[in-house]
Amino acid sequence: MNLILTKERLSEQVYRMRVRTPLIAAERQPGQFVILQLDTEFGERIPLTIVDSDVDEGSITLIFQVVGRTTHQLAGMEAGEKIANLVGPLGQPSEIHNFGRVVCVGGGIGVAPLYSIAKALRQAGNELVVVIGARSKELVILEHEMRALAGELIICTDDGSMGRKDLVTAPLKELCEAAPKPDRVVAIGPPIMMKACVETTRPFGVPTVVSLNTIMIDGTGMCGGCRVTVGGQTRFVCVDGPEFDGHQVDFEQMMARLGSYRAQERIAAEGCNLHDEALRKGLKE
Amino acid sequence: MSGRPPEELLAAARAEWARLEELPRPLKPRERLAIPPQDMPSQDPLERAGNMREVALGYYAEQARVEAERCLQCKNAPCVRGCPVRIDIPEFIAAIAEGRMAAAIEIIKRTSLLPAICGRVCPQESQCQAECTVGRSLKSVEKAVAIGRLERYAADWDREQGEAQIPETGPPTGRKVAVVGSGPAGLTVAADVRRAGHEVVLFEAFHKAGGVLVYGIPEFRLPKAIVRAELDTLQRMGVELRTNFLVGRTRKLADLLEKDGFDAVFVGSGAGLPKFLNIEGENLVGVYSANEYLTRSNLMKAYDRGHAVTPIHRAQRVAVLGGGNVAMDAARTALRLGASEVHLIYRRTEAEMPARVEEVAHAKEEGVIFHLLQNAKRILGENLKVTAMECLRYELGEPDASGRRRPVEIPGSEFIMPMDVVIVAIGNESNPLIARTTPGLEVDRYGRIITDEQGQTSLPRVFAGGDIVLGAATVILAMGEGRRAAAAINRLLAAGDA
Ligand SMILES: Cc1cc2nc3c(=O)[nH]c(=O)nc-3n(C[C@H](O)[C@H](O)[C@H](O)COP(=O)(O)OP(=O)(O)OC[C@H]3O[C@@H](n4cnc5c(N)ncnc54)[C@H](O)[C@@H]3O)c2cc1C
Ligand code: SF4
Ligand code: FES
Repeated sequence: MNLILTKERLSEQVYRMRVRTPLIAAERQPGQFVILQLDTEFGERIPLTIVDSDVDEGSITLIFQVVGRTTHQLAGMEAGEKIANLVGPLGQPSEIHNFGRVVCVGGGIGVAPLYSIAKALRQAGNELVVVIGARSKELVILEHEMRALAGELIICTDDGSMGRKDLVTAPLKELCEAAPKPDRVVAIGPPIMMKACVETTRPFGVPTVVSLNTIMIDGTGMCGGCRVTVGGQTRFVCVDGPEFDGHQVDFEQMMARLGSYRAQERIAAEGCNLHDEALRKGLKE
Repeated sequence: MSGRPPEELLAAARAEWARLEELPRPLKPRERLAIPPQDMPSQDPLERAGNMREVALGYYAEQARVEAERCLQCKNAPCVRGCPVRIDIPEFIAAIAEGRMAAAIEIIKRTSLLPAICGRVCPQESQCQAECTVGRSLKSVEKAVAIGRLERYAADWDREQGEAQIPETGPPTGRKVAVVGSGPAGLTVAADVRRAGHEVVLFEAFHKAGGVLVYGIPEFRLPKAIVRAELDTLQRMGVELRTNFLVGRTRKLADLLEKDGFDAVFVGSGAGLPKFLNIEGENLVGVYSANEYLTRSNLMKAYDRGHAVTPIHRAQRVAVLGGGNVAMDAARTALRLGASEVHLIYRRTEAEMPARVEEVAHAKEEGVIFHLLQNAKRILGENLKVTAMECLRYELGEPDASGRRRPVEIPGSEFIMPMDVVIVAIGNESNPLIARTTPGLEVDRYGRIITDEQGQTSLPRVFAGGDIVLGAATVILAMGEGRRAAAAINRLLAAGDA
């Protein structure tokens, strides 16, 4: 169980792994995630979205960016090794219907969870416009996979090394302004990007779903550490989410809670020189 | 809880034992009542507030025998009536008094599965010891025979004898039982059902088994090695443990019965849903549920800064809201994590605190500052981080439905205390996951699974017990419910119509 079948590097700090875990693969639905821990005694528990699953092979696909001690350690593991602890599938599955025309916006590593949802939306008959944002060309992931799903694919980079030199909100705004406006937007990425996206769609009244990646411990509703305020009410991301109506989410608070341990995490990640840089990147855009 | 150093307690017990040996046997009740109650040797309060080691060190052999001599061996044994699992208290105490330790533990184990744990965490002062004739005669529950400490002494003696005896298991029956949750209820069911020869798989959502015993109750009150030993015994009996398995998500409960070949399921999933106050500021950075705070420290070992990856805020001023065991554990953990001030805020008075008396005393000795008849009104912050808490004073009004005088707000009594961390420890409700994913499983309006006396739920072959049925309760009640449900499961499987 939890055997790493394949591992590949998608960009400088982003890896894709296929992991054998037949029960999770069988139950998993788009939008759900797993919690992973590498050391049973002292390791931390971190949530990762299940990007894809293969029931016949009994495997799931995970994509992660090296941002802290656990992801750094995971990146150092190879096919043939086993992940000590993996529990799931957790969270509510995505709401998948034929909405019509859906704009899927992914920023940085957020393209990975977005892919699983985009795939399901496409299968349900939606017409997709996919917007991918990244700092530069090297950091664009899943371009080919997304192209296969999308009627239209727009890539934005900060430095213009690929596609448009723009923030994702620029094409998103254009799409909202055009007639007919999109029936739905799904935006997944760094909190600051999701916040910018919901502010972009709000004036147009386009329903916008976001997927929140808060700090978690158990992932089963036991600790409340993942809580966020949505529409003035406290919700637990691990059991009520991870997807919420973006127009209702208190992003300021969510970002503050996400950053609660930054100083301590930096100490924990000593010896991992990618860490600070990764954090900066994760929060940029 | 005299705070006398352990050596002094030992010397006093030795002298007392020598005195008792001089007296003609059997001792007269009057003589027994004159024996001084034996205090629990404890780590020095100042020293222990800086470490995670167990606070209560356990009786010395001499103390155990002296304390056991205090028991009057009442014919009607009121203490047994106060014990949720009806341990034969006078009999095991008599065995200790006579130095027959093996017999003492054997008597306890007839009814209790986890004596080393219950001896440490049961609220004896409101159970067996509340009924004790000695306490009644001396007009103080605190002077009752220290049944819990004697139970712990016998269990610790047993563990120190080396390799635990593995209970015999009956011949294989070919029947298979799934136990969901590895807290005290689940552990008990697993043991009792396995003993009858059935195959048992114990499913646990976390990466470690033990339930609240492992993630909630801290090391300084219940060393994890004790829970580990119980789990080892279960595994050596042949119980299969599957951690990282969340029933309802990894597999639906119905699938266990219909597809995976289980003949019965026991649900002991506990009361793991933290309640919040729903006041302003509760989602600020630095506000924790006690579950989160304790899980970070205990299960994830955040107190061990050198090894653990999981962080926890090391705050100077910590407020804990609540008055139960959970609140005491959180407050005392905060001290051990280096807080300079820990404030415990409780709406009622100390008499109403649901915590064990010993925990309240320990918390005070260690320097937790108690604020009674006060409650948080809102939590204040700057840059979305906690900086202070606004409290309100209360006074006791008319008795409510529970007979306790209801605290009423004193208007205009608000005041502000600066704080870095606020821990909400006002209780837990039932985790709804299993009920939501199991059609036909009936729950009450608090989400607790409804069962009959035997633990039978609304679904055939599905049983439940412990906190998921009782609401946040106690270890001993969870164990007692587990015992009854296991007996029902064993009967069902023996009858062969499952
Ligand atoms: C901090 C704290 C201190 C306490 N102190 C005391 C005390 O001093 N004395 C006392 O008597 N009682 C005390 N209690 C209460 C006592 O611990 C509980 O009443 C008791 O543990 C309940 O046992 P249980 O077996 O029903 O559930 P739990 O111990 O809660 O165990 C339930 C287990 O089930 C697992 N689980 C839940 N859902 C699923 C699922 N869907 N699939 C798989 N596994 C699942 C959970 O992860 C957990 O491990 C305390 C509680 C807390 C939180
Ligand atoms: S009630 Fe007290 S004195 Fe009487 S048998 Fe029980 S423990 Fe002994
Ligand atoms: S992670 Fe603990 S409740 Fe969500």
